[in-house]
Amino acid sequence: MIVDQKKMENLADNLMAAEEVQGRSLWADAARRFSHNKAAIGGLVTLTLVVLFTLIGPSFAQWSNEEIDWAVLGQVKTMGAPSIESGHYFGTDELGRDLYSRVIQGTSISLMVGVIGSFVAVVVGTLYGAIAGYVGGRVDNFMMRLVDIFMSIPYMFVLILLLVIFGRSLNMLFIGIGLISWFDMSRIVRGQTLSIKNKEFIEAAVAAGVSNFTIIMRHIVPNLVGIVIVYASLLVPGFILAESFISFLGLGVQEPNTSWGALISEGARTMQYGTLWQIGFPLFFFTITLFSMFFIGDGLRDALDPKDR
Amino acid sequence: MTVQKEKLLSVDNLKVYFDIYPPNSLPWTKPQKLKAVDGVSFDLYAGETLGIVGESGCGKSTLARAVIKMVPAEAGKVMWLGTDLLTANKRAMQKARADLQMIFQDPLASLNPRMTIGDIIAEPLKTHHPEMGVTERKAKVKEMMAKVGLLPNQINRYPHEFSGGQCQRIGIARALILKPKMIICDEPVSALDVSIQAQIINLLMDLQEEMGLSLIFIAHDLSIVQHISTRVMVLYLGNVCEITTSEQLYKTPRHPYTQALISAVPIPDPDYEKSKEVILLEGDLPSPMNPPSGCVFRTRCPKAQAKCAELKPMLEDAGNDHQVACFYAD
Repeated sequence: MIVDQKKMENLADNLMAAEEVQGRSLWADAARRFSHNKAAIGGLVTLTLVVLFTLIGPSFAQWSNEEIDWAVLGQVKTMGAPSIESGHYFGTDELGRDLYSRVIQGTSISLMVGVIGSFVAVVVGTLYGAIAGYVGGRVDNFMMRLVDIFMSIPYMFVLILLLVIFGRSLNMLFIGIGLISWFDMSRIVRGQTLSIKNKEFIEAAVAAGVSNFTIIMRHIVPNLVGIVIVYASLLVPGFILAESFISFLGLGVQEPNTSWGALISEGARTMQYGTLWQIGFPLFFFTITLFSMFFIGDGLRDALDPKDR
Repeated sequence: MTVQKEKLLSVDNLKVYFDIYPPNSLPWTKPQKLKAVDGVSFDLYAGETLGIVGESGCGKSTLARAVIKMVPAEAGKVMWLGTDLLTANKRAMQKARADLQMIFQDPLASLNPRMTIGDIIAEPLKTHHPEMGVTERKAKVKEMMAKVGLLPNQINRYPHEFSGGQCQRIGIARALILKPKMIICDEPVSALDVSIQAQIINLLMDLQEEMGLSLIFIAHDLSIVQHISTRVMVLYLGNVCEITTSEQLYKTPRHPYTQALISAVPIPDPDYEKSKEVILLEGDLPSPMNPPSGCVFRTRCPKAQAKCAELKPMLEDAGNDHQVACFYAD
């Protein structure tokens, strides 16, 4: 018995003196779940490769995206096909410009549109929705009805008007997409906030005397991040598609710059002449990027959605 | 008996009404009033435990929340060490909050799942003593963790890694870290297993003795209330039925509602339980939107008479630290 007691005491001492145990946060759990999702990891790898391609690709290019290869012009079908010898790895477009450089340039613009759009959606939408949801009452009513009104205006129409009135520029495109991007996000965040706001840990914070702003930033936003990340990852392809559509209509990015939508639009026009590479390459990048984004979004949702836990 | 003690909190005729809008009503229709707490008065002395009992929806939690201004009160006074909390400005309220803490019902839901328990326990410190250094704060948190029976080396763990009883200990540590004068316990054990309930209750009582705390203890379970409380207040539909020492309440309940409540407490003795007479109440709890006239309990009271419908019985001193609100109390 005495020995046992000693042992117990030793054990207790050891426990007390032990190093601080590192807890496993919900983020770590989510990361582990995400890493077990093969489709999502595949998507992540593909997306990384696409991004790397836009960063490293230009150093292998032999032609710039605006240079016209006069030797090819006029006989694109025969001379402009993809070949390593001529330096046009992906062939040329109708005007004899190097498609390789143009795809790289278009990819970076399209990705940027997606990322900037969802960044604005995340920052503005989260704060707007969290404030509306947390404050509640009249403020909430006013803020959300305002969003309803904005949403009832067809956004494509607004975007096209913006681009027509202020001229077609890249900045205008970003502003236009940023302006409309956060409506849905703010609604989702507000709904989520309403359910978090009545949890007891918020009450505990109020009882401790924590200020409203700190409660939103410390207690509400971190608990929203899961759903926000998931939704943002699903928004990115949406913006890329929207930009592509606008560029397809001929209103988006201005020459000599280009984007996936513009490239696909050009490629579609020349398809009947047999220059299929002009639509094939941009379409390939467009498709694999969107696919991997959707897979990543799916993986994130599975990893972060608390209902699955 | 407890006359000499310092009076910490004095609640006077506190009323909490909620506005209820009928469904599909127009924006300008007048809301109906739901009388959650309808004129409650009580005092709390330093170092004592006031138990609040009553069935679901009788306003126990609302009363507690109104006292610390988490629910806006309609009328009344909450005097905390000489200042009225209901009319106090932001700074005075913030100062009072350091002395008034709360423990919640659901142990896990009252802890932010994204924060480590070290951060959770330290939050009141951060709020009220922002000047305190990181190392000092950490030392205090660890000291408090040891006090409530948690291993201090688990400071970096997250709430979901703990059991219900441990989570409640974390909640207690958070409430105690500022060394408050009063803690409101809103059914702190009803979500826990019976064996854990005893642990938590005894921990609370030990800490109360050690730190000289006053507790307002809300519970469903009458035997737990009897175990922990110095005095007990019985609520019915937002009104006080009876306030007395826990000893007297269990021995000689005087209000018919309290008598019914006490008779329903199960006793772990089958023979006694068989012979015991349980007073069964007829009907359901009336709606607090439309409470009965006069005495709110009269619709279910075995002793109700014509007078009960006309006049509202006031809380009257029946001597010996016993207050009852009934015309026909025994």
